[in-house]
Amino acid sequence: MVTYQFPAQLEYLRKCIETVTLFADSTGVSKDKTVELELALEEALVNIFKYAYPDAADGMVEITCDETGKDKIKIEIRDNGVPFNALSHPEPDTSVPLSERKIGGLGIYLIRKMIDELYYRREERSNILTFVIGKRT
Amino acid sequence: MEIQVRKEGNRHVISVKGRMDAVSSPDFEKELSLLMDKGRKLFVIDFSGLEYISSSGLRSILTIAKKLKATESIIVLASLRSTVKEVFEISGFSTIIPIYATVDDALSNV
Repeated sequence: MVTYQFPAQLEYLRKCIETVTLFADSTGVSKDKTVELELALEEALVNIFKYAYPDAADGMVEITCDETGKDKIKIEIRDNGVPFNALSHPEPDTSVPLSERKIGGLGIYLIRKMIDELYYRREERSNILTFVIGKRT
Repeated sequence: MEIQVRKEGNRHVISVKGRMDAVSSPDFEKELSLLMDKGRKLFVIDFSGLEYISSSGLRSILTIAKKLKATESIIVLASLRSTVKEVFEISGFSTIIPIYATVDDALSNV
C-alpha cells in the first residue's frame, strides 16, 4: 500500500495520474483498465480541485493505492474539503440533442461507467472516494 | 497537447495531438474561438493524434459546437481512436456532433 499527497491544484493533475498509472502498471493492470482508471481519476480530482477548497489555497488531496481481493486494485482519493458525495449526484441525460445538452454532470457519469466498484464515505473532516477495479477486463 | 491548423479550401482542419484534459482543453477552446472571431465557419477536427479525452475535453467541444451552431457554422470530428470514440459514445456525444472515419471523408461532406 502506498499513499501520495499532492496540492489540490490543476497543475498537479497530470502528476497525480502518472503516479497512479505507474502503480497500476507495476501491479499488472491491463492497458484497457488503466485508461479507464485514468479517466475516472481525472474526473474525481478535477471535482476536488474546483470545488473542495473554496476558501483555501493550500488544500491537499491524498491518493492511496493498494492491491485488494483477487486480481483487483483499490484507489482511495481523500480530501479535507467541503462535504461532497460525488456519488449522490444525478446523471446527465445523454439522449438529448446538442442545443439542450447541459455542459456539466458528465464527470461523475464517466466515473460510474469506468469503475467496477465505487464507494464514498465521510470520515471526520474528509471525503473519501474509493475505486476498486479488476486488473483485467 | 499540440494543436495544428491548416486550410483546405474554405475549411479549417485542426489537428489535436496528445491529451485533451482539464489542463489542455482551455487551449483548444481558445484556438477555436480565435478562428471563429476571424469569421471562420467550417471546421474539421482531426483526432488521429489524440490518445485521451476527459469530460473537460468533451465540455470544450460542446461549448464550441454550441457557439458554432448559433452562427450557422459547422464542426465535425474525424479519425477518433477507439478509446476516445468510446468516451464520445458513452457520453452520448457521438449522436450530436458528426463523426467521420477519416479527414478526407469529413472534407467531402463539409
